[in-house]
Amino acid sequence: MKYIDYIQLNPFQKLGYNLKNFFVNLPKNAGKFFKAIGNFFKRFFVGIGKGFAGFFSRFIKGDWATKLSYIIMGFGNIVRGQVVKGLLFLATEVLFILYMIGFGWDKIYNLGFFNNGTIGFNEEGYGINPVTGRPGRIEGDDSMKLLLYGVMTLVIIAIFIVIYVANTKSAYKAQQTKAAGEKLPGFLDELKEFFDSKFHVTLLAFPTLTISIFTILPLLFMILIAFTNYDHSHIGKLFSWVGFETFGKVFTNTGAASMGKTFVELVKWTLIWAVLATVLNYILGMVVALMINKKGIKLKALWRTLFVVTVAVPQFVSLLLMSQMLDVNGGAINVLLHNVLHWTPGYIDFLGGDPWVARVTVIVVNIWVGIPYTILITSGILMNIPADLYESATIDGAGPVKSFFKITLPYMLFVTTPYLITSFVGNINNFNVIYLLTSNLQNSNDLYQAGYTDLLVTWLFKLTMNSQDYNFAAAIGILVFIVCATVSLITFNLTKSAKNEEEFS
Amino acid sequence: MIKSYKVRRFVTNAFVYILLGGLGLIWISPLVYLVLHSFRDEGLAYVSYLIPQKLSFQNYIDLFTVTKESSMNFPRWFMNTFIVAIFSCIISTLAVMMVSYAFSRLRFKARKPLINIGMILGMFPGFMTMIAIYYLLKAMGLLEMPLVALIICYSAGAGLGYQISKGFFDTIPRALDEAATIDGATRNQIFWKIILPMSKPILVYTVLTSFIGPWTDFILAKIIVGKDIPNYTVAIGLQMLIDADHVLNNFKKFLAGSVVVAVPITTLFLIMQRYYVEGVTAGGVKG
Repeated sequence: MKYIDYIQLNPFQKLGYNLKNFFVNLPKNAGKFFKAIGNFFKRFFVGIGKGFAGFFSRFIKGDWATKLSYIIMGFGNIVRGQVVKGLLFLATEVLFILYMIGFGWDKIYNLGFFNNGTIGFNEEGYGINPVTGRPGRIEGDDSMKLLLYGVMTLVIIAIFIVIYVANTKSAYKAQQTKAAGEKLPGFLDELKEFFDSKFHVTLLAFPTLTISIFTILPLLFMILIAFTNYDHSHIGKLFSWVGFETFGKVFTNTGAASMGKTFVELVKWTLIWAVLATVLNYILGMVVALMINKKGIKLKALWRTLFVVTVAVPQFVSLLLMSQMLDVNGGAINVLLHNVLHWTPGYIDFLGGDPWVARVTVIVVNIWVGIPYTILITSGILMNIPADLYESATIDGAGPVKSFFKITLPYMLFVTTPYLITSFVGNINNFNVIYLLTSNLQNSNDLYQAGYTDLLVTWLFKLTMNSQDYNFAAAIGILVFIVCATVSLITFNLTKSAKNEEEFS
Repeated sequence: MIKSYKVRRFVTNAFVYILLGGLGLIWISPLVYLVLHSFRDEGLAYVSYLIPQKLSFQNYIDLFTVTKESSMNFPRWFMNTFIVAIFSCIISTLAVMMVSYAFSRLRFKARKPLINIGMILGMFPGFMTMIAIYYLLKAMGLLEMPLVALIICYSAGAGLGYQISKGFFDTIPRALDEAATIDGATRNQIFWKIILPMSKPILVYTVLTSFIGPWTDFILAKIIVGKDIPNYTVAIGLQMLIDADHVLNNFKKFLAGSVVVAVPITTLFLIMQRYYVEGVTAGGVKG
C-alpha cells in the first residue's frame, strides 16, 4: 500500500493495517532481533579472541624484559626508564597477591566449589568446637557475607586482569618505541595525556569506580542470590546453589496463597497499571495543557502554577497526605463526601477494602500526581505545532475533538515517543505511588506476601523486607528487568530517534 | 455571522474557564488542606469537618521545640537532610557532568559498550539491590556513620543518570570543540571553559534534582538508618510520625513538618521550572 492510500484510511483501518503489518513482519523482525543479539555475542567473543591473540603475540615478539613483565609486572617499563609507571604496576601486583593470600582465596574457596554447592562450611549449632576441641556452641559461617566477599573478590580479580593486560601492552610499546630509536615519554608527559587525548579515562575513572562498587557489585550479588535457596527458612543458616529452582517456584501454582498465583495476579495488575497510568496521564495532561494554552484564555501563568505546584511538593509529602486523606477512619475525603456533602451513607474504605476500589483509587491518585508532569513536558512542544494547521482544520469544519485526534496527538506522538517509553518503564517500576499510599495496609490472604494493589516492584520490596525471601525477590527483579529491557529494546529499535544520535552535531 | 462567532468563542472560553477552575480546585485542594490544617489548634488526628475552628502556630512551635532523643527531633532531622543533600548534590552533579561530557563529546573505543552497560544497569529495578547495599555498607563499617553512608548511596550511582545531560551536550555544535582544539586547548580546558558555561540549563537541572533527591527518598534511608532516630532524614522522620502508633498525637505535627519541608523545595522548583523543562525536553524528547 502506498502512503497516499494509507493516509486516507480511517483510524480503525489504520490500526488494522498496522496490526496486520506487525504480525506479518513479526517473524522477520524477531529474526532481526535475534540476529542482533547473535551479532553482539559474536563481536564480544571475537573481541576476546583478538585480545588473547594480541596477548600471546606480544609475548612471542617481546624481548627478555617484556617477557619478564608477564611475571613481574612493570619490569619492562622500569628497565626502559619509565620507573614511576613500572613501580605502580609492580605495587598493584604485590597488593593483589597479598590480598589473594590474606583474604581473597579463602572467599573463593568458600563459594561452594568444594562443598557440594553450599556456601561456607560450618553450620551454626552445637558440636565439637574446632578451636578448643571441646563440645560447645559453634560460630557458623555467614553464607551471605561469604557470597558478598566472594563476588567482591571476583570483581577485584577482573580489575586486576585488566591492569595486567595493560601492563603487558605498556611493556611491549616501550620496547617498540625504544627499538624505533624514539624517546620514551616521561611520567609527567603521560600524566598530561590524561587531560587531553586520554581525558575520557580521567572523567570516567571515579564514576566507574563508585558505580562498580555500589551498583554493579550489589547487582551481581543479587543476581547470584536468585540462583540460591536463600529464603526465610535459611536465615542464619548456610544456603546453597539450586540453579533455576527459584524461578520454577515463582511459576508454580499450588496451594491457596501460592507464589505462582500471586505472580500471575501481580503481573496482570502491573501491566494494566502501567498502560493506564501512562496513557491516561499522557492524554489527559495534554488536554489540560491545551486548555491552558488556548487562545483567549487569560492568566495562563496562574493556571499553570496551580497544577505545577503539585509536582514541586515532594512526593512523599503529597502521597502520605493523600493516604491520610483517604483514610477510612475519617480522612478528609470521607469527611467531604459523608459529613459535608452527604453523598455517601458512611465512610468508604478506599484503599483497604475491595481490591478493585483500591485499584481505581490508586490510578486516580496517580492521575493527580502525573498530569502536572505531562503539562510541564508538553506545554512547550504543543506551542510548537504550527498554528495554521489548526486554522485550516477549523476552516475545513473540524471541531476541537477532531483536531486533537487528527493533529495534536499524531504530532505529539511523533515527537515524544522516547518520553512515553521511559514513562511506561517508569510506571512498571512506580514504587512511590503504590507504596506510600498502601504501606499501612494488611496483605491479602489470597496472595503470598502481597496486597491486590501491589506491583511487582512493591512485592519485591515486601519479599525482601517483610518475609526475607531474598532469592524470590531477586528472581522477580530479574524478571522485571527482562520485561523492561524487551519493551525498551523493541520500541527504541522501532523509533528512529535512538539511531540518529549524531544528527544534532 | 461575526456576532455568532463571537458568541461561540465566548461560550467555549467560558466552558474552558469553568473546567480549568474545577480541575485547578481539585488539584490544589489537598495542598490547601495541608496548609490549613497544619495551623489547626483543636482536635487530634482526624476531625469531622473541613475548615479548622481555631488557628494557631502551636503545631509549628511543637515541631521545633518538642525534641525527645527517643522519638522525635525535627530540627536535627532537618539539619541531617540538609547536610546529606549538599554533599550528595556536589558529588552527583560532578559525576553526571563528567560522564555525560565523556559520552557525548569524546570518542574512544569503550564508549558504545559503556553507554549500553549504563542503559542495561538502569533497567534493573533499583530496590532489588537495596539489601545487598545494606550488607555492603555494613561490611565496610559505614552503618556506624549513617549520614556518610547516605551521601555515598545517593551519589555513588549518580553517573548512571547521564542520558538527559548527554542529550543536551549532543546539541552543542561540535565545531566549537574543533575551533578550540585548533587554538591549542586541551580537552580538559574545553570541558571547563567552553562546554560547562554553555550548559547552564542542564547544570541547574542536575543540581536541582540531585539536591531534592535526599529530601524525598525514604526507602533507602529507612533501610540504612534503621532505628537510629536522631540520624533520621525528614522523609523517614515524617513518615514515622504517621505510622499506626504515632498518628493520633502527631498528625498535626506531620502536617506542619510537611509544610516546612515542602515550602523551600516548592519555591526552589517553581523558580527553576524553566530549567527543569529545558532539561527534560533537551535530552528526553527528540523528533
